[in-house]
Amino acid sequence: MFHVNHPMLFGLAALVILFVLGQSIFFTVKAWKRARELGMSKSLLASIVRGSAVFSIAPAIAIIIGIITLSKFLGLPLPWLRLSVVGALTYELPAATSAATALGISLTDALTDARAYSTIAWVMTIGSFSGLAIITLFLPKIEKGLMSLKSKDEKWGKIFMDSLFIGMVSAFLGMIFSEIRLGLPGWIPVFVMAFSSLLMLVFGYLVKKKNIVWLENYAMPFSMLGAMIFSIPLTAWIGGSR
Amino acid sequence: MSQYEKKIHRWGRISGILAFIMFTAYPLLLSLYFNAWPYLDALGKGLLGVVPIFYTVGVIEAFTYGPMLGAGGSYLSFVTGNITNLKAPCAINAMKVAKVEPGTPEGEAISTLSIGISSIVTTIILFLGMLLLSTLAPILESPLLAPAFANILPALFGGLAVVFVSRNWKIAVGPMVFMLILFIVQPGLASAVSLLVPVGAVLAIVLSRILYKRGKL
Repeated sequence: MFHVNHPMLFGLAALVILFVLGQSIFFTVKAWKRARELGMSKSLLASIVRGSAVFSIAPAIAIIIGIITLSKFLGLPLPWLRLSVVGALTYELPAATSAATALGISLTDALTDARAYSTIAWVMTIGSFSGLAIITLFLPKIEKGLMSLKSKDEKWGKIFMDSLFIGMVSAFLGMIFSEIRLGLPGWIPVFVMAFSSLLMLVFGYLVKKKNIVWLENYAMPFSMLGAMIFSIPLTAWIGGSR
Repeated sequence: MSQYEKKIHRWGRISGILAFIMFTAYPLLLSLYFNAWPYLDALGKGLLGVVPIFYTVGVIEAFTYGPMLGAGGSYLSFVTGNITNLKAPCAINAMKVAKVEPGTPEGEAISTLSIGISSIVTTIILFLGMLLLSTLAPILESPLLAPAFANILPALFGGLAVVFVSRNWKIAVGPMVFMLILFIVQPGLASAVSLLVPVGAVLAIVLSRILYKRGKL
């Protein structure tokens, strides 16, 4: 009998996640060896490993919340799988909602119809293939284009890369301001962002002027965590839905 | 292309194709096992609701993040997901700490290393989170902690902005002002922020090209 937490579904999800974990370990080992070949020190690489691990903790916990949200409707295995690999909640939730709407069912109760579950699983899977397909098929071509741009003018190549990053950062900064017309509660994300920037500046000062070198590796995760913690009293004080 | 680069593209492509098969295996095997094939009209309608937007986003992400994250980092992050909210910022931060430039062999190695570690740590945390779900759910979903998780993107991008704006304020001002005005006038765009990443990137590239040609950078 089908149910959303059937052991077979857990087995399937675990299998796919193990494969992806294996791939991650493989690439990590290769990258470490490559970095050593390029003359980078073990201590630098170890600090990158520690920094990246610490950096990932808070976002990963936020992803668990995504699993909880989806699991009430889809059970545990499918959200666990989708958010451990390929997906992000920003994609999986709309995909599940779109399929559920097409099926004429609500997202509040656990699914019982195996065919409805299968429909949703297929929509979530097929709907997320484009990025992976482009990267798998065309990445060498994309890189070649970039290389030829760089070889023509190295300084411009560097500015071009920085511009890409700035494009990403500016779009998200804009988004953070998208609710300010709602009044003071809409400013909460802006204050949180400003606090994170402030922490980053303070850490930068401590690293450069006070020579607390180890902090450099953790400046970003600490700024993020600090600003997340700051949002709790701030929201309580301002009051609001966020 | 160096020997390593050739290899990384080969591994990346093989693992990409395998991932493709593995991801499809979940709905396929469950359909077979439970003899539960999707309702075709709902499948079509459901896909119609996501494919036009998310395929566009996927293509755009491939072209924007590909160059930023380098070959190994891209192959890995497009399989492991959560790129914008985790992998890309993590790799950017690692490259900054290691003082290497994206798009160089050194940047490639560091980016891949940090994305690999981030994927491993995330997988472990999600696994533990799932095991302990009944204990964790009330804590994580408590109203007390809700604001912290609702504000994870502002908390993340505040720090990142300092890094990029301080280094390139001349390029950054234009796209930032543009995005601010755009989102304040059209708050509904917040759900389509991925589509605006390339808009910001093109704007920044055009602006920096003009500044560069005039010798101002």
